[in-house]
Amino acid sequence: MKMQKVLEKVAITGAEAVAYAMKQIEPDVVAAYPITPQTPIVEYFAKYVADGVVKTEMIPVESEHSAMSALVGAAAAGARAMTATSANGLALMHEIVYIAASYRLPIVMPVVNRALSGPLNIHCDHSDVMAERDSGWIQLFAESNQEAYDLTILAVRLAEHEAVRLPVMVNLDGFILSHGVEPVELYPDELVKKFVGEPKPYYPLLDTDHPVTWGPIDLYDYYFEHKRQQVEAMENVKKVFPEIAKEFEEMFGRRYNFVEEYKLDDADHVMIALGSTNSTIKYVVDELREEGYKVGALKIWMFRPFPKETLQRLLNGRKTVVVLDRALSFGAEAPLYEAVKSALYEVAARPLLGSYVYGLGGRDVKPEHIRKAFEDAIRGNLIADEQRYLGLRE
Amino acid sequence: MPLKSWKEIPIGGVIVTPGSAREYKTGTWRVMRPILHKEKCIDCMFCWLYCPDQAIVQENAVMKGFNYDYCKGCGLCAKVCPKQAIEMRPETEFVGEEG
Repeated sequence: MKMQKVLEKVAITGAEAVAYAMKQIEPDVVAAYPITPQTPIVEYFAKYVADGVVKTEMIPVESEHSAMSALVGAAAAGARAMTATSANGLALMHEIVYIAASYRLPIVMPVVNRALSGPLNIHCDHSDVMAERDSGWIQLFAESNQEAYDLTILAVRLAEHEAVRLPVMVNLDGFILSHGVEPVELYPDELVKKFVGEPKPYYPLLDTDHPVTWGPIDLYDYYFEHKRQQVEAMENVKKVFPEIAKEFEEMFGRRYNFVEEYKLDDADHVMIALGSTNSTIKYVVDELREEGYKVGALKIWMFRPFPKETLQRLLNGRKTVVVLDRALSFGAEAPLYEAVKSALYEVAARPLLGSYVYGLGGRDVKPEHIRKAFEDAIRGNLIADEQRYLGLRE
Repeated sequence: MPLKSWKEIPIGGVIVTPGSAREYKTGTWRVMRPILHKEKCIDCMFCWLYCPDQAIVQENAVMKGFNYDYCKGCGLCAKVCPKQAIEMRPETEFVGEEG
């Protein structure tokens, strides 16, 4: 598809939207290895490089482990560095994912969410990103292709903010968004470039007049202090993100926050989820509202740092809260449910809670599944310690 | 070297001062401390030759003692000494003392 260069809505896939954002950001270095369903992002971007549209140094590495390693070197040198990956690719770079965060390198990485093998599966769920939830990366989730485009642009500013200096994963659901065509409003190049600005490197290795050491061994005398700094940087995200989101809104007209509230004001029953499933939830909320039920949805845009205070404020006193997870945590509660449940421990009027796992390995989630979970909530048929499944053959 | 708090150090484990390894005293790792009994010592310099940390202090081929900033207490000097002039003693005996 030929990309138009005017500010108007174009029908493109999530992968093309993300690649277009990367084109406009024009990072100094992109190192990437293709993996389904991230492949078209790298394909589109490689074409921009080959056509001379961007001056980015593109490194076609031999694995994701090398991709992230190359970016760690590039970012430490002072470059603005990006990649994209999925599932087993993310798992292969796992070791360096932690290193990128602990070195405080502001790398931005779209993650096209796909089930982790095995058994071998290429379709959407969130098991890949959930395996990285304690890695020290900021984790954003897109509901639509527009959000995948917007959040990729926004992530650059968030990652590079001097009070943050942390890498960011921009999550978009594999195939559903990455290969699904939706209308996306693309902003002019000059506006995007103005928004992201020039990178402000921190002790760049290429500043040879001021030599520094990156990556020295860090034992019992200082490792703990460096981990505490990472905790502080994550806390700072909660202060910095609203400021950057406000600037984004002023320039591009779209408002982002830690969460999106949908028909939440008077809602007795609230459903919480990550990613594209929120569109299905909103559809069902509309249906149930027409039938007279006070239901609403709370979409998590930012999963790490987890917006605990926001959830406490918005969920205190609700009758029920239903959490949908597209990933498991074997032997414990599902990741999003666990985080929500933990946040609500401290609220004055705790809602009844329900945990529903859905959509693993790309299993369709249909309006009737969402409705079933809402009906359980409306009937008060929820048990906080019972993990239920939507769309599973019992 | 006094240890700093998390608010006082550069982020990401970056070391911004060249040559700072000089401030790092590996002698703090020591569990056993070598003690010289000079009356038995014949200045053969075996200890000086074998010490993996260049922590034997000598002047004009005369054994003068140990540099406790860098002696890790491995005990090689005591092992190779032909006159048993070096004794290894637990660091716990020297708690609160210099060195």
